[in-house]
Amino acid sequence: MKKSLALWLCLLSLSACSNMGVKSWDRNLLAKPDMALNDDPITNAFNEHIYFSKEASSGGRGFGGGGCGCN
Amino acid sequence: MLQHAIEDIKLEDIKQPNIKPKEIKKALKMAVMSLFSASAYAADNPWQVETSGLLYSESDSRVSAVEPVVSARKEFADEHYLNLKLVVDALTGATPSGALPSNSVQTFTRPSGNGSYIIQPGELPLDNTFHDTRVALSANWEQPLSDRLRGQTGVNFSQEYDFTSLGVSGNLARDFNDRNTTLSAGINLENDWIKPEGDIPTPFAAMQPEGAVQARGDSSDSKTVVDFLFGVTQVINARTVMQLSYSISQADGYLTDPFKILSVVDDATGDLVTTDAYRFENRPDKRSKQSLYWQTNYRLDRDRISFSYRYFWDDWDIKSHTLDLSYRWNFAENQFIEPELRYYQQTQAEFYEPLLLASDLLNDTLPEFASADQRLAEFNAVTVGVKYQRQLANNQHWNARLAMYQQSGEGSPDGVFGSNAQFDLFPSLTAVIAQVGYGFEW
Repeated sequence: MKKSLALWLCLLSLSACSNMGVKSWDRNLLAKPDMALNDDPITNAFNEHIYFSKEASSGGRGFGGGGCGCN
Repeated sequence: MLQHAIEDIKLEDIKQPNIKPKEIKKALKMAVMSLFSASAYAADNPWQVETSGLLYSESDSRVSAVEPVVSARKEFADEHYLNLKLVVDALTGATPSGALPSNSVQTFTRPSGNGSYIIQPGELPLDNTFHDTRVALSANWEQPLSDRLRGQTGVNFSQEYDFTSLGVSGNLARDFNDRNTTLSAGINLENDWIKPEGDIPTPFAAMQPEGAVQARGDSSDSKTVVDFLFGVTQVINARTVMQLSYSISQADGYLTDPFKILSVVDDATGDLVTTDAYRFENRPDKRSKQSLYWQTNYRLDRDRISFSYRYFWDDWDIKSHTLDLSYRWNFAENQFIEPELRYYQQTQAEFYEPLLLASDLLNDTLPEFASADQRLAEFNAVTVGVKYQRQLANNQHWNARLAMYQQSGEGSPDGVFGSNAQFDLFPSLTAVIAQVGYGFEW
């Protein structure tokens, strides 16, 4: 029951997605560098490193910190 | 990119009766492909280099860090990229040891067992042994695998005095709905080795005076971390793009902090006991973390707003909310100012304990796990900052960022009583973050 519900939700959300979006000639604003989801990887990496070493949470945007003995 | 542009040409618009549209498309494709062969790309495309330096400085002579970074990216063939990154991280300063303040002078043994430091009455014990230099290297390759599928693979290595980490990662991303929807899945495998000064402390063992034999186990230990990340990116309209990600991370192995301790207090008065008053902490050897992350970027005609929210939870009973907002003010064609605001809030780990009771040690009823690490306590944090960037000629740019990070927690958390109630166990922590960067082509 739960599985079929999840499947329906997935299909629904996918079909909802297919109604969204724009044609390629309408992408001038979306193509601006500041619209990239990670438009400043260096600053984001600095932040993730600081927050990983000072807080109990990590990850979300990408893989969760790590590679550091600071936490 | 050019290939996609060609596909977007409406071939039925071409009114040449003797030439079939399919042939035109094929010929154009061939011409473009030969023009941009792999060797031509590698020779023509310069390395995009980003350099940056971070200065992180906490108030009251606590931790300060200097972190220079160099990253470079080069396109070797059509959308085939190599990314390289080098980070050096130099840390000094003092960090809370987990012990409680006291009305008398406290003497703590350094982790090596061969030295000690003194904390004045009423002061929060900070361990100033904390200094280390970390070097991290990473390499990452990304390329298209088919018309709609992209792949990415990478390695990470980092080394510091008492810690080594090695990781590999992979990611696949597939476009749907005229490239308006992207589904992605990634995996990251990591192995870490820790070899602390003075070896691994025995859980809950008493800190012995300087020069005495300390209760220690092996000289090193390790952990493995496996992360999975699943994401959907969706173009909503000509101004809005959204991302929703779910990640799950499983860590197995040594997750205790070998330098953190707990104070043992008298059940009636709350005063520090007179012998064996400091005990090394102990954490579970497994941790499963999960998070949901949602980000939306909205483009105005000139400026951009970015908003993200993360809900995080783990099986140590920590839950957190993170909100992030930034506004990029493109006030001139080649310059922008970007203010940022972040709010973070977490609950405490189920085994967070500000202290241990003398009776629990006496009756052998200690909890299985306990840590007084403030990072496992309940607290909230705010970051306020601003970034400025200026574009120069020849694809060069420079930027500067200044931010302030502040943590506030409960000065007298649950479990604190008696003489300890007078002390502030979580004095607010303020840090300044300053960053300068320069990007160029090489």
